[in-house]
This record gives sequence, C-alpha cells and structure tokens, in this order.
Amino acid sequence: MPKVVIDPVTRIEGHLKIEVDVEHGKVIDARSSGTLFRGFEIILKGRDPRDAQHITQRICGVCPTSHAITSARCLDDALGAEVPPNGRIVRNLIHGANYIMSHVLHFYHLAALDYVVGPDTAPFIPRYKGDYRLPPDVNNMAVDHYVQALAIRRKAQEMLAIFGGKMPHITTIIPGGVTEKVTQEKIDKFRAILQEVTGFVDNVYLPDVFAVADVYKDYFDIGRGWKNMLAFGIFQLDDAKDPTGQNMLIKRGAYTNGTFSMVDPKKITEDLKYSRYNDETSGLNPMEARTEPQPHKLGAYSWIKAPRYDKLPHEGGPLARMWVNQVPEIANLGEKAFSVMGRHAARAVECKLIAHAMFGWLNELRPGQPTHLPCSVPKEGRGFALWEAPRGCLAHFIKIKDYKIDNYQVTSATIWNACPRDDRGQRGPIEEALVGTPVDDLENPIEVVRVVRSFDP
Amino acid sequence: MVRRITRREFIRLCTGATAGIGLLSALEPVILDTLAHAAEGKPPVIWLQGATCTGCSVSLLNTVSPSIEKVLLEIISLKFHPTVMASAGHQALHVLEETAAKHEGEFFLVVEGGVPAADGGVYCTIGERHGKEVTFLEVLQEYGDKAAAVVAAGSCAAFGGIPGAAPNPTGTVGVWEVIKDTPVINIGCCPMHPDDFLGTLVYVLKYGEIPELDEYNRPKIFFPDIIHVGCPRCTYFSQGIFAQNPGDEGCLAFVGCKGMVARARCNTRQWNNGTNWCIAAGAPCQACSEPAFPDECSPLYGRYRIHE
Repeated sequence: MPKVVIDPVTRIEGHLKIEVDVEHGKVIDARSSGTLFRGFEIILKGRDPRDAQHITQRICGVCPTSHAITSARCLDDALGAEVPPNGRIVRNLIHGANYIMSHVLHFYHLAALDYVVGPDTAPFIPRYKGDYRLPPDVNNMAVDHYVQALAIRRKAQEMLAIFGGKMPHITTIIPGGVTEKVTQEKIDKFRAILQEVTGFVDNVYLPDVFAVADVYKDYFDIGRGWKNMLAFGIFQLDDAKDPTGQNMLIKRGAYTNGTFSMVDPKKITEDLKYSRYNDETSGLNPMEARTEPQPHKLGAYSWIKAPRYDKLPHEGGPLARMWVNQVPEIANLGEKAFSVMGRHAARAVECKLIAHAMFGWLNELRPGQPTHLPCSVPKEGRGFALWEAPRGCLAHFIKIKDYKIDNYQVTSATIWNACPRDDRGQRGPIEEALVGTPVDDLENPIEVVRVVRSFDP
Repeated sequence: MVRRITRREFIRLCTGATAGIGLLSALEPVILDTLAHAAEGKPPVIWLQGATCTGCSVSLLNTVSPSIEKVLLEIISLKFHPTVMASAGHQALHVLEETAAKHEGEFFLVVEGGVPAADGGVYCTIGERHGKEVTFLEVLQEYGDKAAAVVAAGSCAAFGGIPGAAPNPTGTVGVWEVIKDTPVINIGCCPMHPDDFLGTLVYVLKYGEIPELDEYNRPKIFFPDIIHVGCPRCTYFSQGIFAQNPGDEGCLAFVGCKGMVARARCNTRQWNNGTNWCIAAGAPCQACSEPAFPDECSPLYGRYRIHE
C-alpha cells in the first residue's frame, strides 16, 4: 500500500511529521508525530511559581500570550490573587491583539500558499504541483494581500506591545494583573491601530477567505474528523468568579457525539500508549500527571501526549469555539462546518468577533486605576486554569510545595489536535480528519497539507 | 547613487544617539547599496529550527525598516525556512541539500533554537532522508562547516536558553558548542531583536567580515553596554526609590530587575517599532540577552541575589 511521508510539515509552528496510507487515491489511515521534545514540565519543577508565566511562554512564539495569561490565571487560582478590572481588561486586550495577529498570519502566511501561487522566487519555490484554482486576477490580489497582511500582523504586535512590553514573549503579565499602567495616551494609540487592523479583517481577510472557499467548495466536505468539539472559553467579561466559563466573550462548552454539554475539568486525561513517555503515567488528569520521557519506547511514534475529554478525542480551535457557541455564520454551515474550509471560515469569523469586541473593552478601561494587586506565593497550594490559545483549548495546572513548583503540567492547544492515537487506539483529530482525503499525486500531496494546516498546528 | 559609508560611520549609526528607533532606516540605503555591488546576487540563506518556539522568526517578521517583504524579496534569498517556505517534506529537504551543495562556503546559516544533544540528538528530528528521521544535531554537524558564517538567532541557539535550563532534560546546548570550524555569531535576547539580527547580517555582507564580538560572541555594536546605563528609572535608583511590586513606581532592582547585568540596547532601540520595552512597562529586566538566562536569573521577578 502506498505510504506518503511529509516530514517536515512546513508553515506551522513547531516540528510535525505526517504519514498517510493511500488506497485507490484516498487516505485510509494517518499518523501524526510531533518530533521535538523540550521538557518544559521537567524544567519548571523546583522553580519559583511566578517564573511559570515566563517559561511557559516559550512553548510557542506565535501565541506566547496564551501561555502567559493561562499561567497567570493558574497562579491567580493557586495564590488566591485578586485581579482589578483594569488588569482583567488589559489581559483581554493583549490576548485579543494576539488572536488577530495569529489568525491573519495563519491564513496569509501559513495556509494561503496551499491555494495561491506565490512569486517565482525563494522561499515561494519550489512548491507542490496541484490544483491552484484561483483566477489570475484573484491570485494576484491574494499575493498583494500576503504582503499587506505582513504589515497588518506586525501592527497587531505593536498594538499588543503597548500593554505587553514586548512581543513575542511579553513581560507585563503577573499573578494579580499586569505591570503596565493604563493611560489615555495608551488607550488612544491602541484604538488607532485597532481601527486600522479591524478594517483589514473586515474588508480584506474575511472576503479573501470566502473567495478562496468559493473556489474550493469541495473542501467543505474534506477533513471532516471526529466532529467532537471542545472549547475552554476565553475573554472574561466581568470581575465575578466564573468557575463554569460562561461569562466570557467565547463561552466554555463541549460538543460530543452530537450533544452539547458543560465542561468538567476532571474529565480531561492524557493517554500515552503511542507517545514517548512512561506508560505507567498514562490516563491521568493533568493535575496528577507526570512527564517521564522514554525516547526509545517501542510502538510510540510521537512526542505529543494524547489528551482526551471524557475518554474521547476532541478538536480544539476556532471551529470548536464557534461551533460550541453556535455563532450563526458557522452553525448555519451544518455538517459542512466540520471541514477544511469550515475551519478557515471559523477562524476569520472569530477574528472579526474579537476585533470588534476589543473597542468596547478599551472604553471600559479606567486611566490611573490600578492594573494589579499584590499577592504572595503560599507554602502549599494548587491551582489550574482553562483558557484558549488561537489554535485550541489550553490548560495549565500547578502544585506548590515549600514555595516552589512541585508539579506543573501544560495541556497545550495543538496537542489536542495533533496528538497520536490514545490507549484505546482512537486516532487524534488531525489523523481522523485526514482519513478519506483524496490524494491525486503521491509526490505532491497538497490535499494532505491543506487538511493539516486547516488546524493551524 | 548612495554615498559610501565607512565602518566607523556604520558603527556610529548602530550605537550612536541618532540610532534609537530608526536604526535600520539609517542603514537601509547601505543595505541596498551593498546588494547593488554584490557580484553573486542575493546571498543564499538557510534557516534551521531546533529546540525553538519560532519566536525569533516571528520577531524577524516584526522588522520595520527594512520591511520584511524587502528582506524576503530584495535583500536575501531565503532558500530554506520551515515556517515560511512553500514546499514541504522531501521536496523541502532537497532544497536544503541542493543549496548547501551549490553554495558551499557562500551561504549563511541561521539557526533558531537550541541543539538537543543528549542521546545522539534524539529529542529533535527535522525531516526524513531515505526513510530515516534525521536529527537536528546531525544536520547542524553536516551543514555548519559548509556555511560562510553561522548566525545563532536568539538565546536558545546562542546559549541553550530555556530548553537548556536545568535540569536540561534534552542536553540542549548553544550552536557554538556543536559547530566548531565556522564562526558563530550569537544574537542574544529572547526572542532576538530584528534590528540586531539584520544589522549584523548587513555588516557581514557589506564588509565581508564578522563584526567585533564580545566574550560571548555577540556583536559589540548591538550588545554594547548594560541597560542600567541610560535606564529611565535610574533617577529612582540614585534617589533610593525602589518598587515593592513589579509595575510599581521606582527602580525595579528589588523585584528582580537584571538591568545591571544585561548587555543589550533595549533602552534605546526598544521593541516592536519602538513601541515599548520591559522596564518602561513596569516589568523587571530578565537579562534574556545573557548566557545566564534563565537559570542564573531566577527567580525572574524575585529579589535577585546580586542585591543581597
């Protein structure tokens, strides 16, 4: 049986290998392998708990803010820290800016070259041969927008740095809030960039996504996957405690075997049978989990753990968030939402939703009011936070002992999607989405990378 | 015709008071002039990623002048870059092999991320050749000595950085511990700053030599002095006003600021088009420019032992 190996999968963040078995021109099985291990959870052990916010950001340089804020919320929980309104809102604005940056970058600079023919110069050549279907004028416009989007994503990062200090790897997020102050000047500067960036999202990004989707309609039927969706929720809307994640711009929820439900954090487990870690630590909730690498473990094919919700694989990301929240533009797609183009559309729709909400948050800021409240590390404690990275649901878990980190576990966004099989042999979401994908030319498996990149791994 | 620029002027542009935010605006004509005189066209660049978060690539995208499209389309020929390139799989690896063979001794090798060296490099593989996964370690060993120069972009590639932090479960080291026969230029900071990286590249292209390096192989023009010198909170320091929490008014020394040991230009060039930087935003400097980052800088936002 023909086997196609794509290693490296480029235009993603990180190191990924995809292997598919093809029969009669269609994928019948797939394996997804993460090929880098750094050992963050081992490195964090024994450190000052407040260092977690800085160290975990280095998991991903595209969405470090996701780890910064999730880690800070995890520490807020463990330290019993109170965050003042300005602190909560500034965190939302920082993260909103990162979502816009990440979604624009994903569509134009990571995914678009699967549909758009770039200039005939490195790094745009060589490229896979394939069905590049855009009419020449639309293709040329898309190339112009690729360049325009480079400036837009840069400006989104500059907007972020107004409150984040620097980007990537922001330094202002602390348990209890943020270090940067709120001034009218900063608000005005932020708003000016937000206006420009939102204009691009509304008038260029969304129309481009729908123009591509229109020409690639068959990709509303490719990349279906498990159709189980998980969203931890993001952008806290007021200062009340919100243990169920319902008071957020994008609410928490699960969609499993066709049924919506509330999320129970205890139902999160991580399987390890096909991951290069000690089998004895498989199936645990991350609060109790350990990270014991075994690089030569037989039968294992990935460095990525296999997280499961209620023992089932679940997809995370914009599609999951828009589906769980039943946002009309995506919910109305019905079955076709669970697809390559459904994911691109959900990402664009979410980007618009967030960008417009940010104007309201700017109006809620109170210049001169505090952005953080003091807190201290307890001798013993534990905490966790469920949150969202642009590419999927994210959770951090901490146990503190003798003022140090005793155990820190991160269930990172992409591991939900790019994971290998679990202990019961169920494929990960990307693996499952690949099954059934047509492959016209084994030497140029462009259909396969289109499916993989739709997840923004 | 752009006027010729002397080495002294170049260095003054990089380090002088006129530098600051618009550093590379000043250098842009120099870059284009350099290229106009390059005999072989745009210099080929191979960009490899090891134990990285891709943050240094993202930071490069944040360059303002020259703009990133100018860098990609006019200044360098970026043959191989996993986050940017159109191709994938063995087609992509073929580009790597072909570029290194065709431009041996001429291409620039940029490395992003540390080098996991434990257990034969098994913790990071970057592709497959002849049905076998190849480690980042062996690729560096193979191509490092074929490059004209190696740039270790960011703290991980330079010094191991956070993946190399204790207990360093993957044995991650900086590139200069692996590539021995080709000069390695270390661009510190986490992530690297695009001006420091592009400024170095332009210097090498223009003068055909490596700029003067400090004891950690960082270009002195971009890592000239500790950021405590010229820190806007210096007045607080001299008046003995110290912040009790990050974000408070006052010198941040007692809440973990390492500005007294961090050699970088954050206080002048700042970050993200001069928008902000850590200390201005109330956040203590973590000395991410230094080989000591993060282990010797920990706790990052706690009282630092040099103050005890």
